[in-house]
Amino acid sequence: MKTERKTESSIMNKSDNKILWELKLYVAGMTLRSQHAVQSVQNVCDKFLNGNYDLEVIDLYQQLHLAEKEQIVATPTLIKKAPPPVRRIIGDMSDTKRLVRGLDLQTEAAE
Amino acid sequence: MEGLNKSPTGITGFDQITGGGLPRGRPTLFCGGAGSGKTLFALEFLVSGAEKFDEPGVFMSFEESGKELVENTASLEFDLSSLVESEKIHIDQVRIDRSETREAGHYDLEGLFIRLGNAVDSAGAQRVVLDSLEALFSDLSDRSVIRSELRRLFLWLKERGLTAVITGEKGDGAMTRYGLEEYISDCVIYLDHRVDNQISTRRLRVVKYRGSEHDTNEFPFLIDSRGIIVFPVTEASLDYQGFREKLSSGVPELDDLLEGKGFYEGSSIIVSGTIGTGKTTLASHFADECCRRGEKCIYFAFEESPGQLFRNMESIGIDLKSWEKKGRLKVQAQRATVYGLESHLNRITRLVEEFSPRTVVFDTLSIFLEIGFQPEVQVMLVRLIDFLKEKGITSMLLLEMSPDRPERSSALNMSTMSDTWIVLRDQEAESELVRELYILKARGISHSRKLHRFELTNEGLKIFENGEKNRKQHYE
Repeated sequence: MKTERKTESSIMNKSDNKILWELKLYVAGMTLRSQHAVQSVQNVCDKFLNGNYDLEVIDLYQQLHLAEKEQIVATPTLIKKAPPPVRRIIGDMSDTKRLVRGLDLQTEAAE
Repeated sequence: MEGLNKSPTGITGFDQITGGGLPRGRPTLFCGGAGSGKTLFALEFLVSGAEKFDEPGVFMSFEESGKELVENTASLEFDLSSLVESEKIHIDQVRIDRSETREAGHYDLEGLFIRLGNAVDSAGAQRVVLDSLEALFSDLSDRSVIRSELRRLFLWLKERGLTAVITGEKGDGAMTRYGLEEYISDCVIYLDHRVDNQISTRRLRVVKYRGSEHDTNEFPFLIDSRGIIVFPVTEASLDYQGFREKLSSGVPELDDLLEGKGFYEGSSIIVSGTIGTGKTTLASHFADECCRRGEKCIYFAFEESPGQLFRNMESIGIDLKSWEKKGRLKVQAQRATVYGLESHLNRITRLVEEFSPRTVVFDTLSIFLEIGFQPEVQVMLVRLIDFLKEKGITSMLLLEMSPDRPERSSALNMSTMSDTWIVLRDQEAESELVRELYILKARGISHSRKLHRFELTNEGLKIFENGEKNRKQHYE
């Protein structure tokens, strides 16, 4: 399962020299918890990133080898690959404040 | 013990004390502090599985990286990298970088299960090591998750019929804190590494072994380049090629007492006697003869310097110094007390590897009793003799007996370790001391069973032709 979200605006903004956020969300099956996590991450991204992001949702059951390759232990795990620094957030993302803080978005929002 | 299927570890001595190894298809906990050898136990269990028992394995490390693990075991004779290459062992390094990880909401460890499951399936693994779980605990903050996920992990391992080794620290309460011991109810082993009076000792204790009789005693163990060896080891365990060639003792009359040709190649010969009975002289003849044949010998002198040895032997006509100059003889003098038993064992084996001698002499073994307790010394010696036999090296081991004890009651129970045992002694006869020699045993050789008189002359050790007769003559 892959939901890739590359909106028109992200491409536009990229050309506007805006940073593109690269996010990968690893889940173990599309359980309720996984769905919550996907929803929560999307909400936060929409709120803070103005469409400048790629969010890829990966079901580890479909790609077993990725668990080791991506150093996944807990699920769900969200990895922010770009912009640096790399961040990993584990949990169903129900704690939105922590998610926002974990992605270093709070400071950006304040700016 | 019957009915319980066991998975042999291949660790010398360990399978003996556990009646065949670890419980098959179940998790076993190895507890011990840093440096106690738990990772090595786990690793040897996995390596033996892959090499000897055709059971591939997965090593999931929460501490060292896979590369480090291979490097750290490079000093051992485990060929971990080739086992990894041939996919008989899969190493997965689990790393949680705390600095880049945050928690936001509820999670479980399904990612870890997928990861382990995939590794097990790809390798066709039957053995699993988790080293150590505490490292994982320290990286995650939600204790209730860890607790419930651990329970699930152990059930999962059991359901899949995996023989698993889980390592953990002992003493800091972590095991109890996470209730780990509860879940691993089948087999728990404690490892301990202490240093008392600068003597380092390692001990192992089987705390729990459900459904299997086990000894609750502490067993000493050692670690050397070939891995772990747990006492008791009754006898040199490996299969040796039949070395049928014979080597002269360097004393023709002594060879005569041993079917005329001397000792079997690759055998171990003990020469015992009280102080001043001529043990070093006999050993020097043996070394000298080896060098005369153009072969190499290492003489481990634990009680005197090479200079002293050379001088003493020169006075009875044995020129060891010239052999040293020619590179055939290596005299290695070292105070036994300077190193622990393990480092002694390692130094000796390393030197033997480097010099590749045909014979070695240990003058004397008794000195090791100063630096270790009897069981450890015994383990070390068995390991040493085992090593030498494997290489087909003939060894002469000198044993100093205390004069007030009967000759056979040595502090070390050496009889199983030796193929040949020669006893030297001083006997009072009228107003003088008479030197006597007899052969206590000689495996596979029909040897003389008589007492033979000998003397230390300026041409070395001379045995009288017919001991019995000479003795009688002497008494008359």
